[in-house]
This record gives sequence, structure tokens and C-alpha cells, in this order.
Amino acid sequence: MEGIMSHENDLNLKATELRLGLPGTDEPTSKNNKRAANELVEDSELLKGKSDAKAGDIETAPASKSQIVGWPPVRSYRKNVVQPKKTEAETGNYVKVSMDGAPYLRKIDLKIYKGYQELLKALENMFKLTIGEYSEREGYKGSEYAPAYEDKDGDLMLVGDVPWDMFISTCKRLRIMRGSEATA
Amino acid sequence: MDTYINIYIERERDRGFGFFLTELSDYNRSGSNLKVEDNPELYFGPKIFRSSLHLIGSARVKKDQMRSFQSMLNYFPEEVLEHVFDFLTSHRDRNAVSLVCKSWYAVERFSREKVFIGNCYAISPDRLIARFPRVRSLTLKGKPHFADFNLVPHDWGGYVQPWIESMVKGGVNLEELRLKRMLVSDESLELLANSFPNFKSLVLVSCEGFTTDGLAAIASNCRFLRELDLQENEVEDRRGQWLSRFPDSCTSLVSLNFACLKGEVNLASLERLVARCCNLRSLRVNHAVPLDALQRILAQAPQLVDLGTGSFVHDPDSESYNKLETSMQKCTSITSLSGFLDVTARCLPAIYSICRHLTTLNLSYAPGIYSDELVKLICHCNKLERLLVLDTIGDKGLGVVASTCKELQELRVFPSDIYVVGNASVTEEGLVAISAGCPKLNSILYFCQQMTNAALITVAKNCPNFIRFRLCTLNPTVPDAVTMQPLDEGFGAIVKSCKGLKRLSVSGLLTDQVFLYFGRYAKQLEMLSIAFAGDSDKGMLYVLNGCKKLKKLEIRDSPFGNVALLADMGKYETMRSLWMSSCEVTLGACKTLAQKMPKLNVEIINESDQMEDSVDDKQKVEKMYLYRTLVGPRKDAPDFVWTL
Repeated sequence: MEGIMSHENDLNLKATELRLGLPGTDEPTSKNNKRAANELVEDSELLKGKSDAKAGDIETAPASKSQIVGWPPVRSYRKNVVQPKKTEAETGNYVKVSMDGAPYLRKIDLKIYKGYQELLKALENMFKLTIGEYSEREGYKGSEYAPAYEDKDGDLMLVGDVPWDMFISTCKRLRIMRGSEATA
Repeated sequence: MDTYINIYIERERDRGFGFFLTELSDYNRSGSNLKVEDNPELYFGPKIFRSSLHLIGSARVKKDQMRSFQSMLNYFPEEVLEHVFDFLTSHRDRNAVSLVCKSWYAVERFSREKVFIGNCYAISPDRLIARFPRVRSLTLKGKPHFADFNLVPHDWGGYVQPWIESMVKGGVNLEELRLKRMLVSDESLELLANSFPNFKSLVLVSCEGFTTDGLAAIASNCRFLRELDLQENEVEDRRGQWLSRFPDSCTSLVSLNFACLKGEVNLASLERLVARCCNLRSLRVNHAVPLDALQRILAQAPQLVDLGTGSFVHDPDSESYNKLETSMQKCTSITSLSGFLDVTARCLPAIYSICRHLTTLNLSYAPGIYSDELVKLICHCNKLERLLVLDTIGDKGLGVVASTCKELQELRVFPSDIYVVGNASVTEEGLVAISAGCPKLNSILYFCQQMTNAALITVAKNCPNFIRFRLCTLNPTVPDAVTMQPLDEGFGAIVKSCKGLKRLSVSGLLTDQVFLYFGRYAKQLEMLSIAFAGDSDKGMLYVLNGCKKLKKLEIRDSPFGNVALLADMGKYETMRSLWMSSCEVTLGACKTLAQKMPKLNVEIINESDQMEDSVDDKQKVEKMYLYRTLVGPRKDAPDFVWTL
């Protein structure tokens, strides 16, 4: 990965990172504030001309928007307090996944999934099993497996009850339960 | 025969203040009209029917001498004038009074105790003290506002040291110092603590350069300290137990806020301090103060009015937690609540008992409180006037605010996830809901994913009373989410409807048209922040020409250039400051401006590592900051600042 600029704070985890994301979605880090501002003046000028550019349609470069110096205009004190671990944001949120009866555990990065569907699909792929559909009333009916997770308080919870954002910040590890234990 | 004159004072909104005198005599109780032509600040006449009159004195005069205004003044002994001026607390009123005539200038300057300096480089400390020798309270602001967003280098300036040194030399009896965006060193704090025996109040907002050692000096030497209020400062922790340096004899604290400190404090010292300061009304602790310590503190200070919690993490099934609930219930005076940096959601019910009385709630530093918990909390807060939250509250949560908080005047919604655009959870819907449900709303700061003209037009109709309106779309040039049009019409509606608007920040896709609206309708506007907006010089010109009361204008990344900058150079002497960065202004134009206007400092901030040998006048200027000043170019400018 020679082409990537190395930043003083960068742990160079990029070189060894196992990612499941699409190729070419590396976030450009820019060291020179001036350059970033100029780049984005150009960007915004382009945007002005594009009246059909939708606000949500920035898949191609979501990271560059967040790299504008001083935008959104939030005091650095507040930025550091509300989001203290920027490096965590870059290196991923890996949690252990255990499955009842399996000889060893796996690890997945929760950050790369957009929601429960993607996560469950990935688990199904990884462990070669079917988990099925979630319902609030019956959990994961129709399958002998149930995905559960351990939260911040140490309790074992069923995956899917809480909003996704809350889930990824409180989930400490995953456990795929099986058999009679799995059905409540 | 002699006549008695009663002197009244009343403040009229648009014309400053007025004195109303009524002639009373033993025989004629009705007033008579006297006109004073040249001075709109003073009137004489029978205005007793106005409700806000204060009687401030009576004087006996000879009737025929009342005709002349000048002789009126002779009958007002200085003590009367001073007494009159005591009613004038706003610095603007006092400034107006000083302009009336020489004797009023003299009386006012000796009687002014509170001085406000909006730009510390507009005047020098020595001149300030020469004019106001009896100053007891000084407020200073340093760096320009955009310094908050990393657009100004840390060592640009704004040092408080020369001010403290001058006040020491001038024998000022300083009691209160309030600083914003200034560089404060430990040396300054030590000098402050050791030089002013009556020092009572230190308020530091967004300052930096000091450590907990400086705080230790304040704690140990300011014997009558009432207020130590640290808001959002970058303070280096020296692990020196600064809080333990408050002597046992210190019982005068009324307000203590150290929420922004990152280090530990000695909990036993804190508890003892709180116990002996029975006048303590406001206490905001940092995250290093755990919940059980908070409980012990609250047990000693049930009289608190303003509370900022530290870490609110605990096992809700424990004994400590029950004790906390009990202590909280006894705190019936708390009307302002903040903190919750670390929080266990299941501990929140402990505060439900105080929610009913809350007028201010700041949960904008509590990312651990999710939407559901937030909503449950807010349902108890029906007296809320000021609410600060993160956008995790969502549009739905804002809907709950709209239906619960009918007294709401100010709302701030901050972004919770700054680095990833697309996950934010408030939109124009939340804003519209608030505007519909909260008729008293007059101040808003709103970070949102998207906005529409229709929403802004509705908000403008629902809330014509905005004084502050600051909208920030996370993508700075996003158009109307539905029509894809610029947001000109929406913001235009806001300025047209909100005739009292004083502060405005805009974002989203905006053309010159929106500035036309600002110039035409925003007649009371004092501060305007623009980013990534406009098409040409015309935009900036509309604003400069139309916004007569403009004091601060800050612009970044917008295509405004020399024509706009130089069109009305005199305008800048009526303003406090102008900031322009990443615009189209050239060095040559800035030089012209600096040359023609000696009462302005035009500073160019150039941070690039390579210093150009030949500096080309046609080159665009990266960052320019200009401000009016009475004392010429400053002598403490660092290398990268060039005053033209």
C-alpha cells in the first residue's frame, strides 16, 4: 500500500487490515489544510452545477465531505468529547463471534455492515448455517440457531431488538446459540 | 415661586434612553412641555403615564431657568447623574450616555464599573484604564469566532497577560474577569490571584494555554472567590490536586464549574469544599467524579440551582443508587442540569424528580443517552426553556419536545457523528415540529442532514420571534431535498418574518438571491456567518449595503472578491470585524484597504510553509481578518500574521 500518505498518527493498520469493503473506498487523509479546502471548493462548485445531485447520493466520496476543515462547524472541544476515539473509527469495531459447538471463534468488524440483514447474512456465510427472519414476538423462528450478543452490562441479549446504531456501540461479542438453548 | 422637578428615567427600545422631567409646583400639578432640539437622547415632557418610569430624584429650580437645557444640567449635581447612570447596565446605553456632552462623559467614565471589550485588539489596556479607572469587572474577547473551527492557528494572539499587567500597574481594584477565546497562561493566573485582593469571579470560555497549576494559584490565593467557571477550555492536567488548594477558610463559593477538566480531583476535598460553602448555587463537576461521590455532594448541597453531573454510571440496583434518588429528591431548587458524559441509561430515572422544575437541560455531551431514554426524560420536562441535545434525538424525539416543552425558547441540536455523513438523524421535519409546538422559540442552532425551502417558510411563519437562527447542513452545499433548488427562498422567508433577527448562520446551496433578501429585510442583523455560498460580489454587496446594524461578518469559501471588499470601506469602521477565508480577495485589494483606512487593522494569515520571495498583489489571500481599532497594528502578532 505504498501510495497511501502516512500520517503521524496513523498506526499503519491499513497495510494489514482485513476488510470486506469494496475496493477503492480508502479514505483520503490530507495533511495540508489548505489543500483540503481548495479541493472542496472545487467539489462544491461542481455540486452547484449538478442540480440533480441528491444529498444522499454521495457514495463515491463520503469521506471527503467529512474532511473539509472546520465543517461541520463544531468546536474541537466538543468534537473531542463526543467522539473521542477517531482512531477507533478508522480501525474498525471487531468483536468475537462464538458458535456453540465450534472449535474456535471468529472475529468480524461490525462497522462494515449497514444493518442487521447484512450482519446476519455474513454470519450465515461464515458459519454455513441459516438463521432465518427476525420477529419481535418469536425471535428467530424456524431455525435451530439464534444470534445473541453480550452487551456493555454483560447481559446476553437477542440480536435485533434495538436500533442498529445502539447495537453496534453496545455489542461486545456475538454468540450463535444452538438447539434447545436457542429457543426461548 | 419655586418649582420642583421630578426626574424620571425610562428606556425606550429604539431611541436609547430618555429622561422625563415633569414640572411640579405647589399650584400646578400638570406637566408642561419643553423641547430640546438637538439631542434625541433627552426629552422633557409629561410622560408620567408610561409604566416603566423610575423616579430618581427631585431638584428645586427657579421656574424661568428651566427653559435652557444647559442650565438643567447645572441643577443636576453629579451625584444625581451618577445615580441616574446606575440604572444603565448595558454597555451600549452607557456608551450612548457618554456621547451626550463633556460633563456626562466625565461623570459616566468615573462611574463605570463594568467594561465590555468585544475585540481585545480594538483598544489597549492602558487607555482603557485611563478612561475607566474605577473598573471592577472586565470582559474580553480574543480570537475571531472561526477560530472555534480550526481556521485560526493557536498562537494567533489574544493574550490576557498585558491586560492583567496594566491593571496591576494602574491600581485597578479588579473583582471580575470574563474571557472568551483568549490565551491564558499559568503566569497570568498567578499574577491575577496575587494582585487583586477583592477578586471574586473568573469566567473562562474556550480559552487555552493554562494548566491546573494556574487553577491552583487561583484556588489558594483568592480569598473571596465566588465564582470559578470554566467552559469548554483546553486545560492541561498537571495532577497537582488544584482543588485541594482551596483553604479551609474559603466559604464564599457560589459557582464552581470544572466540567471541562480531564484529570482527577480529590473527591474528599471536593466534598468538604461543598459542605462549607453554603451559598453554593452552581456546581458542575467533571467525568472523574463518580456517581456515589455526586450523591454525597448533593446530600450536602440541597440548595443547588445548577448541577452538572460527572460520570453517571452505576448499578441501578445498588444501595448507592437508592441514596442518590433520595438526595436528588431533596434538591428541589435545581433548574439547570447538564453533564452525563458517561451514563448508564438505567440510572436516569433518578433525575426524573427534578425534571419537572428544569428550565435548562444540556445533554449535548451525553452520547450515551439514546433516543428512547432521551424522550422518556424529556416527557417529564414541561417547564423547559433551554434545551441542548445531540441529533440522536431524531425527528420523532423533537416531536415529543414540541408537544411537551411549551415554554421552550432556545434549542440547540448538535451532530453526534461528525465523521460519517449520512447517519445523522434529524431533518427538516424535526425543525418544523418544534416551530409549530413551541411558540416562544427565539433562538436555534440546528445541525441537520437536509433542509427544504417549504420547511423554512413554515418555520418562519410559525416563529416570527427569532433573535438567533443558525442552521447547519452537514453537507455545506446541499440543495432543497425535495425540489433540488437552492435554499434562497427558505432563508429569505426567515429574515422577512423575523424582524428582530440579530444573528444568522446559513448553509446549504445558496445563490446571490438570498443575500439580496438579507440586505432588504435583515435590518436588525448584527452577526452573519456565511460558508460556501453566493455566486458573485453582488451577494456580499447586498449585505454590506442593506444590513445597517451589522457588527460581525464572517465568510469562508465563497466567491466574493475585491469589488465587494472595496465598495464601501467606511462600513468596516461601523463594524467590529470582518473575516474572509478562501474567497476571491487579492493581496493588492487588502493593501489598498489597509492604506485607505488607518483605523482598521487588516491582517493576513498565511500558514503555508513556503514563503514566496516575490509576493504578488494579484495573489488570492488565504485568510483575512480585519477589525476596527484605536491603537493601530498590534505588536504581538506571530510570524504568520502580516498586518498590512
